[in-house]
Amino acid sequence: MDHAKSAARFAADEARTHWHDQALYSLRGKRDRAAATIPEWEQLRETAARVKEHTLSRLAEYLEEFERNARKNGIQVHWARDGEEHNAIVHGILARHGATRMVKSKSMLTEECHLNPYLEARGIEVVDTDLGERIVQLAEDPPSHIVVPAIHRKREEIGELFHRTIGTAAGLSDPKVLTEAARQHLRQKFMGAQAGLSGVNFAIAETGGFVVVTNEGNADMGTSLPPVHIACMGVEKVIPRARDLGVFLRLLARSATGQPVSSYTTHFHGPMRGGELHVVIVDNGRSQSLASEVFRRSLSCIRCGACLNTCPVYRRSGGYSYSYLIPGPIGSVLGPQRDPAAHASLPFASSLCGSCTDVCPVKIDLHHELYAFRQVLVEKGLVPLHKRIAMAILGSVLSRPWAYRLAGRLLRWIVPRLPRWLAYGPWNAWGKQRELPPMPKESFRDLVGKEPP
Amino acid sequence: MPKVGLFIPCYVDQLYPQVGLAALRVLRRLGLEVEYPQEQTCCGQPMANSGCATDAKPLADRFLRVFGHYDHVVAPSASCVSMVRNHYDPFLRGKAGFEHLKRSTFELCEYLTDVVKVGKVQGEFRRKVGLHQGCHGLRELRLARSSELVAPAFDKVRSLLSQLDGIEIVPLSRPDECCGFGGTFAVKEEAMSALMGRDRLADHLQAGAEVIAGADMSCLMHLEGLARRAGKPLQILHVAQILEQARLS
Amino acid sequence: MNAREAILSALRRAAPPRVPLPDAAPGIVYPDPERQFAEVLAGVGGKFVRVPDLAALNFELGKVEAYARAKQVASLVPGAGIATVDLSAVKDPHELDGLDFSIIPGEFGVAENGAIWIPGSTLGPHRAVFVVCQHLAIVVPAGQIVSNMQEAYARLVIERPGYGLFISGPSKTADIEQALVIGAHGARSCTVFVVG
Repeated sequence: MDHAKSAARFAADEARTHWHDQALYSLRGKRDRAAATIPEWEQLRETAARVKEHTLSRLAEYLEEFERNARKNGIQVHWARDGEEHNAIVHGILARHGATRMVKSKSMLTEECHLNPYLEARGIEVVDTDLGERIVQLAEDPPSHIVVPAIHRKREEIGELFHRTIGTAAGLSDPKVLTEAARQHLRQKFMGAQAGLSGVNFAIAETGGFVVVTNEGNADMGTSLPPVHIACMGVEKVIPRARDLGVFLRLLARSATGQPVSSYTTHFHGPMRGGELHVVIVDNGRSQSLASEVFRRSLSCIRCGACLNTCPVYRRSGGYSYSYLIPGPIGSVLGPQRDPAAHASLPFASSLCGSCTDVCPVKIDLHHELYAFRQVLVEKGLVPLHKRIAMAILGSVLSRPWAYRLAGRLLRWIVPRLPRWLAYGPWNAWGKQRELPPMPKESFRDLVGKEPP
Repeated sequence: MPKVGLFIPCYVDQLYPQVGLAALRVLRRLGLEVEYPQEQTCCGQPMANSGCATDAKPLADRFLRVFGHYDHVVAPSASCVSMVRNHYDPFLRGKAGFEHLKRSTFELCEYLTDVVKVGKVQGEFRRKVGLHQGCHGLRELRLARSSELVAPAFDKVRSLLSQLDGIEIVPLSRPDECCGFGGTFAVKEEAMSALMGRDRLADHLQAGAEVIAGADMSCLMHLEGLARRAGKPLQILHVAQILEQARLS
Repeated sequence: MNAREAILSALRRAAPPRVPLPDAAPGIVYPDPERQFAEVLAGVGGKFVRVPDLAALNFELGKVEAYARAKQVASLVPGAGIATVDLSAVKDPHELDGLDFSIIPGEFGVAENGAIWIPGSTLGPHRAVFVVCQHLAIVVPAGQIVSNMQEAYARLVIERPGYGLFISGPSKTADIEQALVIGAHGARSCTVFVVG
């Protein structure tokens, strides 16, 4: 999938694109207003960045500490090298309990591992309980945003979807009514579930527990009724101490949606009475990212989605224009690390404006990583040959003053003399929606000699 | 008396010579000794931007050779200056004169504000002006505080322009959203680029702008191309062209 | 080599140069934390009620429509509300599906975000009690509101093994066209009583 082509298709419906753009920009606005209430906001970002940097420099130690303390709390800890191992472990736990109905709260990691289809193929019903996730699940779509997965859907479409899949009345579109319908529908699922699966926002090494945050309460509902709770985390989710949460939790919800904090911030430090609590720790390429001096910073990501909301390109192209499951700036850095060939268009799906870097609560230098990735892709031969040849020629011309001057003079002489249909032919991508710049007779170089000293 | 090397980006040299002349005049009128070394060509950004660092390296070497001996290097282009200060390291790290070059290369408005310390801008410009914040200037050179940050507001470009009599800098609904030029992005992601630029123009027009001004001709070239194609009644000017009419001290 | 060893050794090999662990500088301090708390709580869809004692609490509680209408009420705060469900007699949390109103204790509040810290040991035998109910009330003693989350973590004790959570306002979602809807899966309302 080439982002440029997909984005052009998305943007062809300009009215809808502006609607999508405005919806996401409003999240950026909410974030700005929330951040402005905290005078020490920039210091918090700096502290969060350095806590993450420190943690990444001792990741193995902290994971061992976490495991030790988690075990003391009665939590069973599993390790998975990749998605396949992760899926097998989760399935194994469910199979041991004879569980065939599982509810799930948001976890991009499980998307990454393709857990749902794996379990469904083995006869297990997996119900995503976050409203946005449930909507895309019913629609058989992937999420288009990591925090608001159904942001690309209009209310009438959701009404029609619910009518088709969960039997609500036709023609509904009031978000309150639709949410109420989802509440009733999912309450049945919560009550009937035999296991609950959650992601992990932060795993605390010092205390051997982990934190899950939601606004809906779906992680709490899904893990306080069934006797089995499975929590899945990437290796990078561990943080050193409980007090570090004080910093991250002040940044997370404000960055994501502009709220001061999520409705529920739950600290799991052991199974329920008579229950089991499992944590699956997953690598799946993260240790390779850690090894990269340029791209290891992307492991600091706390999945707030602020970079998506602020990205002028994501807002106008939507999550489905990105080949990786996580779209936007962070996805365009994570995807190519996982599979450079499959995601080669993503580092170029950016004007490098840098807004993402300025909103990132953990100060990942996203736009610099996108720029650096372009270099990596060229070195790996994943940039089309004709583009590399064009750049080589351009570089050659520009490094020779005589060639540069000649080329400039020729350009300025020829272009005004071309008939319009030729100057603005299909070869001219610039000219599709823009006039070419004026072609003056004399360059600065020609004129500067006539200036008084 | 510092010797100033004037760096005129390749596309300004070829396509917008009047912007180069305006920058030159602004600096000379301040009594500065400004030289335009003829052997300059391009900072290498188009190649580096496309990931073709090996094609950009000879241009970095050339830049150091041509400009290394000046006390200051000034360019009416934030993106080119950012290239030199922030992206030349892989090419020139350790080379004699590079650290000095990095410290002494400035965009025009930051040079006027921080080095020359222009206190007064006298003149008039009785127009409604939409100020376009180029992303390189904003987030790489920190010419102004970007809207994402919780920090005291400042704006080196606006501080110079706002002193002009009669100027009205109109309030935009998105003060620093990217125009969509982005270098090779402008053609590689043409649909996104044009849409972003058209949205910027719409913002400026709804705010009542008659003129769009900025510190980066690359952004302005893109906005001007869109405006002219759509027949929008907007004049697009580089900040240097506005300051050229004024008396700076 | 098993998965655990493979992962840990890969992470050790890839480890970046060590950098120190910073401590955060103190966060914003409000001159009137209780007032800030009340304002923020209202902003996130919760309700703040200040009462001098339990009697006043019960009087105010009676005015809460959701409580007045409630058929099944659970209370983990002795003297607050009239419980119709005996939580200790409930064997299985699924039996709480019909719970209309829960009253739970909170240890302290956080002014910057309207959140209340609830230690798991105060939730009785079934932690689901705060999320399956249709409406929620939290009772916090007066003078127990810190300014920010950093102060909160300096104060709270994580029970190990155990459980604990911050609740800030009612359950909510904005997943449909960014339209805020209160009452997603958890409580449709959250009333915080500060007593004393």
